[in-house]
Amino acid sequence: MNAEVSTIKTVAETALASVFNQARGRLPGDDVISAQRKAAFDLFAREGLPHRRVEEWKYTDLRALMRDVKPLASPPDAAAKARARTAGKVLGDVETRRLIFVDGAFVPELSDTVGLEPGLEVGSLADAFSSTSSLIDEYLGKLAPPSDIAVALNTALMGDGAVIRVGAGATIGRPIHLLFVASEDPAATFTRSLVVVGEGARAMLIESHEGPAGSDYQVNSAVELFVGAKAHVDHVKIIGEGAQALHVSTLAAAVGAKARFNTFTFTAGGAVVRNQMFLNLDGEDTVAGIRGATLIKGHQHADTTLVANHVARGCQSREVFKTVLDDEAHGVFQGRISVRHGAQKTDAKMMTQALLLSDRAEADNKPELEIFADDVQCGHGATAGALDDDLKFYLMARGIPAAEAEALLIQAFLGEAIEGIEHAGLREALMDQAAAWLKARAS
Amino acid sequence: MALLEIKNLHVEIDGKEILKGLDLTVNAGEVHAIMGPNGSGKSTLAYVLAGKEDYKPTEGEVRFNGRNLFDMAPDERAAAGLFLAFQYPLEIPGVATMTFLRTALNAQRKKRGESELSTPEFIKKVRELAGKLGIEQDMLRRAVNVGFSGGEKKRNEVLQMTLLEPRLAVLDETDSGLDIDALKIVADGVNRTRSPQRASVVITHYQRLLTYIVPDVVHVLSRGRIVKTGGKGLALELEARGYHEYEEEVPA
Repeated sequence: MNAEVSTIKTVAETALASVFNQARGRLPGDDVISAQRKAAFDLFAREGLPHRRVEEWKYTDLRALMRDVKPLASPPDAAAKARARTAGKVLGDVETRRLIFVDGAFVPELSDTVGLEPGLEVGSLADAFSSTSSLIDEYLGKLAPPSDIAVALNTALMGDGAVIRVGAGATIGRPIHLLFVASEDPAATFTRSLVVVGEGARAMLIESHEGPAGSDYQVNSAVELFVGAKAHVDHVKIIGEGAQALHVSTLAAAVGAKARFNTFTFTAGGAVVRNQMFLNLDGEDTVAGIRGATLIKGHQHADTTLVANHVARGCQSREVFKTVLDDEAHGVFQGRISVRHGAQKTDAKMMTQALLLSDRAEADNKPELEIFADDVQCGHGATAGALDDDLKFYLMARGIPAAEAEALLIQAFLGEAIEGIEHAGLREALMDQAAAWLKARAS
Repeated sequence: MALLEIKNLHVEIDGKEILKGLDLTVNAGEVHAIMGPNGSGKSTLAYVLAGKEDYKPTEGEVRFNGRNLFDMAPDERAAAGLFLAFQYPLEIPGVATMTFLRTALNAQRKKRGESELSTPEFIKKVRELAGKLGIEQDMLRRAVNVGFSGGEKKRNEVLQMTLLEPRLAVLDETDSGLDIDALKIVADGVNRTRSPQRASVVITHYQRLLTYIVPDVVHVLSRGRIVKTGGKGLALELEARGYHEYEEEVPA
């Protein structure tokens, strides 16, 4: 079979090739990194942007959605840094240790790098590349699946990011907040972060992404997260990009034995969003909570793609994803739980629900279970529907006006996912974000 | 003045006429019972008064406290003092009972131009009313009606009623599914709200509840119309003789 089908390159594909050729000489990293960049880019050059015939990208056809490519962001100037000072409002009054990235570049003078808790090391990827960092050699690129084109582009063009180590047994009280801010000029950023949490450590990592509403900037962000045995790690990602932005982000995580790991993604911003997670429960008896809430309207497109691999025996995972769609928004959820051979006593339950507030909104839900062990408990459910008119009537019959009744029901719907966040302040901040979204909708 | 005045009310659901010229006048201070066989239109009457969608009035009029009821959205009717105790109270996952009660009370007060109740005042009031109805504090913290037994759901309806202090309460088969103790608690709740300014319409299939909530007027509803009106003795008569004769009375 097989005739190589040679496809004509899109404008964006051609532009990416020229971006890479111009930038490769000045991108950070030694020869080893440079070779990895080249290999990753070659894969992209062969495959092109993912499109609807690539199963994993079926509903998010980047060939069609990515019309052009922005120039690689230049280092932020003083004005851009000044604007970044007011970023991060999304967290409300949650106290965090902020590491600020403006247009993908770490800005130490805005970041909080002093008074680190014992056992905590933080730095930037660019710095780690220029020094001899054992973390880079040992961990970089070990988790993010190289065959994924978004990851390949990230590897080829990664400019900066956070490099964090939490030593064994350390407890980091303040959440570590990677705050990514895009500035006015539309640019493309590729950030890669590496977070290594040692055995028995406790930490919370927050990533938030934001930028101006009027700029069609592009973000490709990837985080590789290693959770040691008996560690307890909470990860929260807030995708609050500007209305015109294209955002593709990847979380690749490996979780050790008897650990507790939670990840939550809150998506409300961006024109096109692809949030992908590749999670491996590598050690026995781990408990994982994998959740998300998405609120989209207008012509927004938001895709959540999850691959949760139960590799070791006795792990429990709970996947809960809620999407609220208004206008002509398009929501996608693809979730695969894969129980590997030997992962006996796996207990995995996935629920994904879409609430459509408009007849023109579209929700695609694709839950999958792939089971290669015989003593497991796995289940999944998927629903899509409108608000329950009977419930709305019940609330109105008690004097609650229509808009408020709808908001109450929508918040309750999202609450089932948001309640999974262990940090109370963050839970409240995200409920407030949801309430603000609902208020904007009603007005 | 009549609190509720229904004249020649016709209502259809999905093109099928259920109420066929119903007349009813309820004055402040009165308790009316509406009794009737299954399918006579009792619940339809309750829903159309509360404003449920799909229950379409096609003829006639309903005035509530002098206003045209059909000009008002369900929440406006509630704020104006109309309350429906649901036959099948709904479960609302994710909405705590306290949040629900507070949102409802404050929405009504706001619409009436009254100030919102402070949180401590509100909590004190709810706890006191809940205590009288034998509602556990734990129930108030749970999501509305989720995991409640049938009796607990009905008591929760009565709690909402006593908290919201409506001018007119319509109780749709509030007695169904209640054991005798729960029935007494619910009846006590209703009796406590009796006053010269307020009125109730108690819809029921059985006479049982009317032993505890003694009505001033009893109506028989059959095939979409009030076919007989009498005093409290009528309920006992119905209990003894059944609805048979009323079903025969109106030819289909």
